[in-house]
Amino acid sequence: MTSPLHFRTIVELSDALSAKRVSSVEIVEAVIAQTNAVESRVNAFNSLNPDDALEQARLSDQRRASGQGRGPLDGIPIGLKDVIAVAGQPLTASSKMLENFVSPYDATVTRKLKRAGVVLWGRLNMDEFAMGSSTENSAFKPTSNPYDLERVPGGSSGGSAAALAAGEAIATLGSDTGGSIRQPASFCNVVGLKPTYGLVSRFGLVAFASSLDQIGPLTRTVEDSALLLGAIAGHDPLDSTSFQAEIPDYRAELATKKGPWKIGIPQEYFGEGLDPEVDAAVQKAVLHYRSIGCEVRPVSLPHTEYGIGVYYIVATAECSSNLARFDGVRYGHRSKDAKDLHELYCKSRAEGFGDEVKRRIILGTYVLSSGYYDAYYLTAQKVRTLIRNDFLAAYREVDAILTPVAPTAAFKRGAKTDPLALYLSDIYTIGVNLAGLPAMSIPCGFTSDGLPIGLQLIGQPFKESDLLGIAHAFEKHHDWHTRRPVL
Amino acid sequence: MQYEAVIGLEVHVQIKTKSKMFTRVAAGYGFDPNTLTDPVILALPGVLPVMNKEALDAIVKAGLMLGCQISPVCKWDRKNYFYPDSPKNYQISQYDRPICVGGEVEIELPGAARNLQGEHKKIPLTRIHLEEDVGKLSHTATDSLIDFNRAGTPLMEIVSEPAMHTAEEAFAYLTALRTAMIYGEISDCDMEKGQLRCDANISIRPIGESALGTKVELKNLNSISYVRDGISHEIKRQIGVVTAGGIIRQETRDYDGIAGTSQSLRSKEMAHDYRYFPDPDLMPVKVDESWKTRLKAACPELPFDKQRRFFEAYRLPYTITSVLVPDRALCDFFEEAANDAGPGKAQAVANWIVNDLLRELGQSKRSLADSKVRPLHVAQLVQSIDAGMLFANTAKEVFVEMAASGETPSAIVERKGLKAETDSGELERWCREAIAANAKSLADFKAGKDSAINAFKGPVMKAGKGKANPKLVDETLRRLLAEMS
Amino acid sequence: MPAPADLNIDHVAYLARLALTPDEKRRFAAQLGDILASIEKLKQVDVSGVEPTAHAFPFYNVWAEDKPQPGLSVEQALMNAPAQRERMIVVPKVVE
Repeated sequence: MTSPLHFRTIVELSDALSAKRVSSVEIVEAVIAQTNAVESRVNAFNSLNPDDALEQARLSDQRRASGQGRGPLDGIPIGLKDVIAVAGQPLTASSKMLENFVSPYDATVTRKLKRAGVVLWGRLNMDEFAMGSSTENSAFKPTSNPYDLERVPGGSSGGSAAALAAGEAIATLGSDTGGSIRQPASFCNVVGLKPTYGLVSRFGLVAFASSLDQIGPLTRTVEDSALLLGAIAGHDPLDSTSFQAEIPDYRAELATKKGPWKIGIPQEYFGEGLDPEVDAAVQKAVLHYRSIGCEVRPVSLPHTEYGIGVYYIVATAECSSNLARFDGVRYGHRSKDAKDLHELYCKSRAEGFGDEVKRRIILGTYVLSSGYYDAYYLTAQKVRTLIRNDFLAAYREVDAILTPVAPTAAFKRGAKTDPLALYLSDIYTIGVNLAGLPAMSIPCGFTSDGLPIGLQLIGQPFKESDLLGIAHAFEKHHDWHTRRPVL
Repeated sequence: MQYEAVIGLEVHVQIKTKSKMFTRVAAGYGFDPNTLTDPVILALPGVLPVMNKEALDAIVKAGLMLGCQISPVCKWDRKNYFYPDSPKNYQISQYDRPICVGGEVEIELPGAARNLQGEHKKIPLTRIHLEEDVGKLSHTATDSLIDFNRAGTPLMEIVSEPAMHTAEEAFAYLTALRTAMIYGEISDCDMEKGQLRCDANISIRPIGESALGTKVELKNLNSISYVRDGISHEIKRQIGVVTAGGIIRQETRDYDGIAGTSQSLRSKEMAHDYRYFPDPDLMPVKVDESWKTRLKAACPELPFDKQRRFFEAYRLPYTITSVLVPDRALCDFFEEAANDAGPGKAQAVANWIVNDLLRELGQSKRSLADSKVRPLHVAQLVQSIDAGMLFANTAKEVFVEMAASGETPSAIVERKGLKAETDSGELERWCREAIAANAKSLADFKAGKDSAINAFKGPVMKAGKGKANPKLVDETLRRLLAEMS
Repeated sequence: MPAPADLNIDHVAYLARLALTPDEKRRFAAQLGDILASIEKLKQVDVSGVEPTAHAFPFYNVWAEDKPQPGLSVEQALMNAPAQRERMIVVPKVVE
């Protein structure tokens, strides 16, 4: 192996582990060493558990030695966004509200990863309660983009993307409500996948917008993504919104997906506001797909322009209700200043939540309040149906849809102070969440400033195998994803 | 000016499931604080609700029992409000598409006297829906403590139309509803344990007026009697206010059952804005015909239907059915015993049950389920008496033994040698001896004094050591005396 | 953009149990105004006959059998409690 352990893929490392060329302890030690070297500059983690991780690694090595290895993920250190519950570990959602909260239970995906023998490594920084696109809304600290430490890694899964890019983990899990896996993946040159809504259990995911949230993998390659998706996907009786879908062997199916495919380019996604270098990289990708025999044709998603409006009504309405439980009563931050119950609620929440969270709670409360439900929430859910129907109509003609992930590459920390401007930059990713579709961001180039550019591929519901195949058909002819930041 | 009251009741009934409504931690009462919780109950970050199938079955059954329309599709909504006993600070409930719509509760008002059946009426319902219960707050002088054991227990909310007009009707409604829910094995409805809770909405209006007056909500009605007393008190209060020229404020009042007074809790002007919206974490429920058919088959006969049938089939009078009907198990016991005993014996069987059985249960502080008396044994007891093998007074003694030991009547009779003497030869000899020993009474009898016959009975009974059948004794004496004329 | 005339930020903050400083109220109200203005164009969409999306891929009757499962011990239940006494959560006195 030429590249250091902490920059290898899951597939490479699991082969090496099986062949006894390396041990899990060595892999975890390498990741710990890299973290020690770069973390003070990247700030991807809220907390670290090196002793515990090494213990998990030792147990993994013992399992393998006694012929009881649990599969390709056994012994691989994977970081979890600090929004996914792990029993005995902090669950902060990067908020002062949960700064000292320790979860007594495991999320379903956590249980699945533990069963697969994964070494759970650290708690990854994020925008507070998953609300944001830059990780600048973390109550603790901002995370830096490993490709340019003055810039944001994206958000809300900024820590997940940055840690992976910087070699501080072999893979990570993030969550995506309006683009929060895909956009940071595109800013940090990694592969990010948001599964079809309902494919991966949300039990143990701190809820932001219940009808939009999904947990998904961030990895170095499409094959790793297939592997990790396979480990976390599947019906969960603890999540009433989780689908009874057949879970194929996504990794094995990669080899069978050869195309050619019909790919749609939505006109509405390529207008004003799209950075020319991003546009150019995406157009090059279009040419690539044509060159391998795919038919690439324009499609129309006519209700695209309403996506932001729908998202910011539905998501804020749901989150205003989901975050009501954070009241300083049973757990979480409780104000020391409260004279009575009412103050306990109001001050604990005021002290515990940051600006963006408060803004969204206020907006969500407003759109649900008496007299406004029909005009806002009900209308938004109807327009959401139209947005979804746009995609389903397009899928009668094409197999997948190709778009940019974000209008620009990573921006400078502190550059975007207007909340509305930040909301508008979600334009390419939120439609996917509203329609519940699977989508990926894969590395497809760099700007002249050396900043990563991501390509978004949107798939059909519960057809992740096809989506991964289409992504793989690009990746195997390019090496953008093999570039590493210089730290 | 004469006023009439208009009363609507909102009754919450806790469904008797083993686990909670939206998570599978055990439900229960009387446990140490906070021992019946899990991450879902405590609304920890990241948790999700999953419906309890049994609770759905229970509410559909309740709806079928009460004649409701079962909605083909119903959904769940979040009712958003902050309160420390409500961990999520929203309650999962049903807003605009409840599972049951309409329906009615048949009630029985008090009769002119205790032993006379009163008028029956049907009180229409608006809806029944499913929701989750909240935790329990207890207060000290300076702070409040929260126990979440009760939080998340499945709760049926039964809303009546504002169709009652007196406190008596409300009392009768609550009694009838309670009995029906116990019959259906849906809830134990123990108000002391909070398994049945009642809020009343009361308004008054001039008689003849059809518009509704301003309603006042009355809470904290912790027993069925308090419901009646509290409503009665509130009606008087409202009439008093209006008669004195005042107007009724829309408010919530708290009734103090011990003091018999009420006070204003909060003005309804500060009405909550619950911001209802469909719960995105739960899928809607479709109730199809086969589900309804299955549950319909599980519905018990309704209490008043049973009362009517007991009258038709067994000629049981109101004084008996009014005791039997509130207790379904007792009714089943009665029917089994009556069927075992055979035609014409039902009333006798019923008498033994409402008098002797209930007395024995009360004295031994046993429930019917723990009783050693079997329906078959009661039937056998009645049969023995009718066949002349056992005397009524001796039978009472036998019954006490039955309750204590669980033996059959014949085993007890055998063991204690209580069998009625039916050997007519011996009986005739005792009678002749008794007559021979009492010439005066013989003379009186012959002279026309019929009651003189009683003088012979004592010695006969003594001779028979109490085992002589009084009827036979009387018959035999009369025959012999007739022969002597 | 100023907040819509009928946005009563005090009332909304009360419903949401958020204590806002006067500066926050001004800032949020203005920012909300911007966001709501961009949302206004939703009202132009013809939604006649369109069903609202409650769930992306709706299905019915998701439930579990009524079999009790172990819950949290009291220690676990209270391990993150800000204030507890006698195995219960303590809050300032709740006045009806």
